[in-house]
Amino acid sequence: MNPDPTPSQTVGPFFHDALLDRDRSELVSPDDPEALEIVGTVYDGAGEVVPDAMVEIWQANRAGRYNHPADDRDDLPLDEGFSGFGRSGTDENGGFSFLTVKPGSVPGPDGRLQAPHVMVSVFARGLLKRLVTRIYFPDEEEANAVDPVLSSIEDQELRRTLIARDEGGVLRLDIHLQGDGQTAFLEL
Amino acid sequence: MAQRKGEGTAGYLRDDGIQPPYLYPDYVATRLRAPMKPLVILPRTLSDITGPAYGHGPTGELDGDLTRQHSGEPLGERIIVTGRVLDADGRPVRGSLVEIWQANAAGRYTHENDRHPAPLDPNFSGAGRCLTDDEGRYRFVTIKPGAYPWKNHDNAWRPAHIHLSLFGSTFRSRLITQMYFPGDPLFGQDPIFQSVRDEKARRRMISTFDLETTQPEWALGYRFDIVLEGRDATPMENHR
Repeated sequence: MNPDPTPSQTVGPFFHDALLDRDRSELVSPDDPEALEIVGTVYDGAGEVVPDAMVEIWQANRAGRYNHPADDRDDLPLDEGFSGFGRSGTDENGGFSFLTVKPGSVPGPDGRLQAPHVMVSVFARGLLKRLVTRIYFPDEEEANAVDPVLSSIEDQELRRTLIARDEGGVLRLDIHLQGDGQTAFLEL
Repeated sequence: MAQRKGEGTAGYLRDDGIQPPYLYPDYVATRLRAPMKPLVILPRTLSDITGPAYGHGPTGELDGDLTRQHSGEPLGERIIVTGRVLDADGRPVRGSLVEIWQANAAGRYTHENDRHPAPLDPNFSGAGRCLTDDEGRYRFVTIKPGAYPWKNHDNAWRPAHIHLSLFGSTFRSRLITQMYFPGDPLFGQDPIFQSVRDEKARRRMISTFDLETTQPEWALGYRFDIVLEGRDATPMENHR
């Protein structure tokens, strides 16, 4: 018999010393020629910034390979020192930021490729369980159009909330927890 | 009782009362932070049956002993908290990072935003981490946290709890939860605890006093096993 899962509870407001004691927001060195800054702001349903959230990302490397035993595609290289995991708190302006590389494409549910994307978890006081979303890339229009997750979202406005904007070389994806322009959140 | 908005409606496909809903109005902070649009179903792909192998980073020997992080010993009731981390199939999750944080014995966090007028303890920071062993077991030495007031409703107090953050082996298994202590009189009025509707599921957040873990003339022992969602990594069919 399988055991029953432990319920989730909110991260609360006091997690900083334990979870953000050191900076884990840089997945690559600033010297990496392909280093890419991804930034965003977390907003609540009143349009106020959320200064006490934590955002985590998980992604494949530039070749499209996950640094994990379940990704056994040995023909694709792993990058030394690239874990694919990052964590950023939000600051007093609700802002988070990561320094990473754009991931390659990874396979989808039916063998088709998914568009390059980054998996995102959001934790905060007032969230009894994490929110899951994705970051897609604005320069991948063709791949985004046939991506199995993006194309499953019929509401065009909701679909667009997953695609980052290019702001002069820095990518921005704001996260709206609630209200007009709410981000598309995913059910695992 | 009228159904609460956001409960049992589209997007809460697995609303079996085990996991709390996003919107739980009694917990006031959910009211402006809970998403209201239906969730988008995410098919299983490599992106979520993989996950951070986060735990291979350095954890110091003393990171799991919150009573020895300063020059003196913290005040309070010394306790040992231990248990196993299991996946959805009941298999141990090995070598995985467990991070904890908690208030001190007086119910005060070291955090700058904690305004509760209870004393700080110069010998207690309240943050620790450790890795699970080959049986999925973790172990912390700490002091029993105190209850503390918060502004959710009139005369609101949080039951004593320790926050735990776990990764498991895939993106799906990520969990942040809270461990409570048996017999706490504050459970009934705490909306965070009560947000889990299923009574058995609520009980799974309460640790058990354990005489075997208890060390004579030194510390009381509490057991707390954790079961994560998702299975251990198995390569997917057709992922090439």
